[in-house]
Order: sequence, then C-alpha cells, then structure tokens
Amino acid sequence: MAAAVISVDGLSASYQKNTVLHDVNFQVREGTITAIVGPNGAGKSTLIKTMLGLHPKLTGNVRFWDDAFKTAKKKIGYVPQRGSVDWDFPTDALDVVTMGLYGKIGWFRIPSKKHKEKAMQALKKMGMEAYAHRQISQLSGGQQQRVFLARALAQDAELYFMDEPLAGVDASTEKAIMAILKELKSRGKTVLVVHHDLQTVPEYFDHVLFLNKKVYAHGETEKVFTKDNIATTYGGDMQWVGKGDQYVIQSTSH
Amino acid sequence: MLSNLLHTNTMWVMTSTMILGIAAGGIGCLAYWKKQNLMSDALSHAALPGVVVAFFIIQEKNLLLLVIGAAISALLGAFLIQWITNTSRITEDTAMGMILSVFYGGGVMLLAIANRSAGGNQSGLNSFIYGQAAAMVRSDVITMMVLASIVIFIIFIAFKEWKLFLFDASFAKGIGLSVRGMNVLYTTVLVTTIVIGIQAVGVILMAAMLIIPAVSARYWTHSFKMMIILSSVVGGISGAAGTWISSTGSGLPTGPFIVLVSATIFVLSLLFGKEKGIIIRFIQFKIQQRSSKEDYPLTAGKGGSQ
Repeated sequence: MAAAVISVDGLSASYQKNTVLHDVNFQVREGTITAIVGPNGAGKSTLIKTMLGLHPKLTGNVRFWDDAFKTAKKKIGYVPQRGSVDWDFPTDALDVVTMGLYGKIGWFRIPSKKHKEKAMQALKKMGMEAYAHRQISQLSGGQQQRVFLARALAQDAELYFMDEPLAGVDASTEKAIMAILKELKSRGKTVLVVHHDLQTVPEYFDHVLFLNKKVYAHGETEKVFTKDNIATTYGGDMQWVGKGDQYVIQSTSH
Repeated sequence: MLSNLLHTNTMWVMTSTMILGIAAGGIGCLAYWKKQNLMSDALSHAALPGVVVAFFIIQEKNLLLLVIGAAISALLGAFLIQWITNTSRITEDTAMGMILSVFYGGGVMLLAIANRSAGGNQSGLNSFIYGQAAAMVRSDVITMMVLASIVIFIIFIAFKEWKLFLFDASFAKGIGLSVRGMNVLYTTVLVTTIVIGIQAVGVILMAAMLIIPAVSARYWTHSFKMMIILSSVVGGISGAAGTWISSTGSGLPTGPFIVLVSATIFVLSLLFGKEKGIIIRFIQFKIQQRSSKEDYPLTAGKGGSQ
C-alpha cells in the first residue's frame, strides 16, 4: 500500500452562519485519481480551498506527506474554477501558463527564454500551441480550461487539485484533459478532481469521495460507487433511472 | 503663452505633475484590474480632513507633514469602508459613497474653520479642493517628485507579481506569493499617489488621474505591461499639458485642466483605439459583412442585423 499523500482529520469550515463542512476525515494514497462528487452546495470547492488554506478552517488538520501545507506547497498544483478569474485581463495564453513557473523563476525576476519554452511545452501538451499568443478573452471556454491545465502542468507538481475542470467543456477538451490526467497518474502523481458528472465517474476515476457537508463514502470506485451511496449522498426524493451501464440521477427536491 | 514654459518655476511644477501623472497612470491600471476605481475616489475625498487637521497641529504649510495627515485620514476612510462592509449588510459601494461624502463634508467644514483662524486664509489650503499646482513651492515639488518616483519604481519592479496578483490571487497564494503583503503594498502605493497628488490636482478630481489614463490605455493594447506603460504615458502627458494650460492664466486651477486633457485622450482612444475602438470595430464589421455577402450572396441581402 502506497503512502498517504493527504490526510485530512476532523476538518470543518463555514461561510458566515452556515457550516459547509463538518468533521471531514479521509486519506488519499499516492498515484490515485479521486473524484469528489456531491450535490450543489455540498462543499466540494470549499473542501479543496480549505485544504489549500484559501478558506479559513474552523477545526481540524490537513497534512501533505506528513507536512503542513506551508512546507508542502511547492509540490502542490491547483486548477481553480474557470469562472474564478476575469478572462478580459490583458494577457495571452502563453503568459498565463508562464505564471505556473513564477514560483521557480523567483520573485522580482523576469522569465527567461528557457521558462517561456517550458510554458510552450505545457501548452503543446494540451494541444494549444497554435493559440499561444492569443488574447485570453478570445479563447473558447474549453480552450481557457486547457490553458489553466497547462499552467498546472508547467508547475510540475506532485499533487494536483482541480475544481470542476470538465464543467462546460466540449467533448474534445474533455478527452484531452482526461488523457492528461491518465498521464499524470502513470507518472505517479496524485490528482483530486471536483466532478459533477456521475456518469463518467467509473470510467475516469479510480477513487471516489462522496461529499455532502460530511464524507458519506470514500474508497476505490469499484467498491464504493454504488446506488446506495449515491442515494444517501444526494438525499431527498431521488429517482433512480438505470439504463444498462448508465447512471442517471434525477432529483425532484432542491 | 510660450514664455510661460521658460519660467523656471513653471518648468519645475510641470515636471512634478508629469511625474505624478506617470505614477497615477501606473497605479490606476492596478486599481482598474482590482476593480476598485470608486475606491480611489473615496480615498482621495477621505484625505481632506487629514490635511486640515495636520495644518491645525503644525500651524504651517509643510507638504510632507500635510501629506502624512492626508494619508492617515485616507487609510482611516479605507478601514471604515472595510469595516462597514464586513460587519453590516451594507454593500461596499454604498459604504464608499457614505465615507466619501462624510469625510469630504467634514474636511470642508474644518477648512472653513481654518480659513477664519489667524494666518489660515494665507495657507493655500483651499488649493487642496480643486488643485493649484502653481501654489507649490520648491520643497513641495521635491517631496512630490521623490515620492512619485518611489511609487513608479515599485510598480515597474514587480510587473510579474502585480499581474499574477490581479489576474488570479488564489493561484498566486497557492504558489507562495503573499497576497496579504501584496494587498498592503497596493494600498500603500495607491494612498501615497493620491495624497501627493491632491495639492496639485485636488481631492475632487484626483480619482480621474487614476481612472482615465487606465481606461484610455485599454483601447490600445492586449498586454498588461503595455497597458501600464501607455497609461503612465497618458497620465504624464495630461499632467504636464494640464499644468501648462492652467499656468497661462492667473489663478486657474490645475486639476480641471489635467482632467480635460486626459479626457480628450480618452475620447480619441475610444474612437481610434486599435483594440475595440469604435471606428476599428465599425470597419471590421463592414469587412466581415462584405466577405459574408460574397460567400453567401443569397442570404446576405435579406437582413444583416448581426
């Protein structure tokens, strides 16, 4: 059994009066791809943000390779939700990817040609080299997502957090992103992905974490991705429509 | 008219408003992308009571000390805006509107009292409202130039850091940039620029020196670096030209002329700007329309309401 890359212990967090995470406990092993699934407002993004210190935690402890986040952050890459930034910002795709290297370049230094080349390689991996000098507002949603992924690749981290990378992207971008995730896994990297599409969970992820304010189930997809776990996590009056291998969830509540 | 230019004092004052314009144009870009244009207006209005209170305490017009008073009062205003926003249901723009008018009202009232006191009406404190660059003495000019140069240096040395901080602050934090530190630095340079500018431009119009160059530059470039440079150039030209025009008549306020010069540059940018300027967009639209008519001659004639 591989070592635990992440261990989360009794983590809770809130927004003003509402507790969004309550006593969350789990561990993630090295070289796995985990989907974090749950209904809207379940605290999926908050979980990631709290683990990365972007949102204050109320209680609990998060360790990366048995270290605090501060020590480990050089080895951690983060892909925020596409909508979290203003794409009208005056910059081009290559420049955004270069931002992934800023930690390595060092503060108050200018990126060298070598760094630009490295950023270009990351863009190439995402099939975006033709758009390197395009203003980011003129990229499609899927292309913007690829740019964010390329920026994370340029970071060359050991552990990646991705917040809904497949939300609102077309089929070819989804394929490109999943190919990169598989490649990261084959290189022994660990990836946590906030995911919204239950249908593709068994195909894409080897681990799954059911979250709705607390952890309902967590483990290997084969074992825990069951009707019961989905129903309890999503709660309410849930209709289950099974079509062969497809998982379709319809909720009449919310 | 031209003889004004040769006057040494006018040259000095013009140089200092030019450097102020460069600093304000640069920091204005940062404020523009931090989506805090109104904040700069609130801060400059909030600086007024500090100027008068500092004058009451020291009883003379020393720009550096007045500027420190202005900075304290502007920062107090910024703090109150944050505090109101965080602790009540009042939104940030409402809080800014309140603080802006209350501080400005208090400042004008204190100014009236100062003007009645002995020696007060000779203090030239009135120039802090509309700006009177000609009222500056040599030591004021030097204070302003030194502080503005420090601001320009801070903006230009950390291009890459500002870009990351303004584009994606949570990613910046993730890779180890201190977002809190950047916020403190940003507020410091913003407040410094505002308070050194209020004597020349006035508290009412200072915000325009930050906002107008940035939005003008936006029409010419898609690069953050170029935008800061262009914005600084627009600010510098406006500062120098506005001061020169106001020096041609006696007692003309500087602030309004600086704003009118930069507003003229803005209108030109809006019309002729390379990126999304009105005329360029019209031409591009016509070209597209023509080529689509050539490609689909049957459908194009019916309606081109794209």
